[in-house]
Amino acid sequence: MIIKQLSVFLENRSGTLQEVLKILKKENINILALSLADTSEFGLLRLIVEDPLPAKEAIKAAGYTSSVNEVISIELKNEAGYLSSLIGKISESGDNIEYMYAAPYFDGKVSMIIKTDNVRKDNNIIES
Amino acid sequence: MIWNETKECMSRDEIAHLQGKRLHAQISKVYHNVEFYRKKMQALGLEPSDIQTIDDVVKLPFTTYADLRENYPYGLLAVPKEEIVRVHASSGTTGKPKLLCYTRKDIDIWSECVSRAMTMAGLTRNDVLQVGYGYGLFTGGLGAHYGAENLGAMVIPMSTGNTQKLIDMMIDCEVTAIACTPSYLLHVAEALESKGLVDKVKLKVAICGAEPWTEEMRKQIEARLNIKAFDIYGLTEIIGPGVACDCEAKKGLHIYEDHFYPEIIDPDSLEQLPAGKLGELCITTLTKEGMPLIRYRTRDLTSLEYDKCECGRTIARIQRFRGRSDDMLVIRGVNVFPSQIETALLTVSGTTPNYFITVDRVNNSDTFDVAIEVDEKFFSDEIRHLEKLRSKVENAIHQTVGLKAKVKLVEPNALPHSDGKTKHVEDRRKLTD
Ligand SMILES: [Zn+2]
Repeated sequence: MIIKQLSVFLENRSGTLQEVLKILKKENINILALSLADTSEFGLLRLIVEDPLPAKEAIKAAGYTSSVNEVISIELKNEAGYLSSLIGKISESGDNIEYMYAAPYFDGKVSMIIKTDNVRKDNNIIES
Repeated sequence: MIWNETKECMSRDEIAHLQGKRLHAQISKVYHNVEFYRKKMQALGLEPSDIQTIDDVVKLPFTTYADLRENYPYGLLAVPKEEIVRVHASSGTTGKPKLLCYTRKDIDIWSECVSRAMTMAGLTRNDVLQVGYGYGLFTGGLGAHYGAENLGAMVIPMSTGNTQKLIDMMIDCEVTAIACTPSYLLHVAEALESKGLVDKVKLKVAICGAEPWTEEMRKQIEARLNIKAFDIYGLTEIIGPGVACDCEAKKGLHIYEDHFYPEIIDPDSLEQLPAGKLGELCITTLTKEGMPLIRYRTRDLTSLEYDKCECGRTIARIQRFRGRSDDMLVIRGVNVFPSQIETALLTVSGTTPNYFITVDRVNNSDTFDVAIEVDEKFFSDEIRHLEKLRSKVENAIHQTVGLKAKVKLVEPNALPHSDGKTKHVEDRRKLTD
């Protein structure tokens, strides 16, 4: 399934993550999944929220840079090798996985959020 | 020791008389040969006959680096091009460099001045000198080289970049003097100390320039290497290093007034200021043939003293530099104008023109950090993309400025926005006390 993800640029200084989380709390926005990637220079906060556009507006108003983009969400089955076979399908198509992270409470199920070179195409491959 | 006692120890009256004669001749020449100067003088109703004594210099119009840029490459030539035997270049605010053209006589004058400076620092034909400045369009390497050869010293043209080899040859060839930037010399000192080789070198004198440095740095260099360090000043536009240099008395840099007429002006009113007053240094080249400069605004802030020095010289002394009247930075010996960063950013799509430069000196080497903002056009959810854009910006800055910067990505609200007067630079080096 294709869903929308909100990404926020964070400088490497203390308190930035908390500031962004406070904004979301103030707007009463519930976080369904989250991943924080960081380099030695900066951080990237990736969020799945119910409605990313108002969240983006609130974050922008506070002076942060963010973007909304599409990612693949896959519901996981609790069986060995399931994820491996899905990833295998993407690899066979020649696409790369840019990043992935788990969404434990997404839609009441355990899911994996995946970003590839070509999100729409790879979503079709997985769902076929 | 004084290389040219006749010219370095004249009475003030003799100096003024010689300067007046040479200024008149220089102005007659540029009036007839350089359209740029003729038009500027005509606009002020001036003719060469109006310029008879050195005091008449205040009637003349100023020349700026913008004039050099606009007349690139040959617009300010005062001689036929075939008289030019060499060019040097210096970086400017935009992509185009400033090109400076030398006749054979200009090279001779320059060498003479560098020989005077080296003699002032105590060097003779018996010395072995390593030149640790870059050889090329930059004037440091060839300027020091020709001056030392003219002096009769043995020159080792090291150039920059290989400290190990420099140290090996310093020891093997019994080098007694070095010409390089002060920060590089401190780097050499560190390397010598870490190898326990300080006692193995025969170095006694260093002639340092091409970047601003403090009395504290001089003390460090002198103490750590057990040598005497001298400050040489010059700028490519005027001729290169060797416009002025300090003597044993350390009471300022003696400027070779028979070739370069110095004056201090108020950078706002442009009025000439008296001795001792702080202002912007302007230099008129009195003897240069290829590309004479009239009242060239160096943008360096300092003052001048004219009393006779303990060393016996009567020529004026440039006092400690107090910064710049423009926003130019000298980073690792390279001239950087903050606006060049904006120029570089324009070449990378996805960036905004906002930036902030932080310059510092860590372990005697300049750091050059540029913060740029990540706005929505620039932003990506993939780290790889952000890193790629960052290195694109680093390359663009390297191309434009000629110097590697460390680019840092910041949130847009963290930067001052480009509205002309905003501060874009923090220089933490404290080079002017
Ligand atoms: Zn002196």
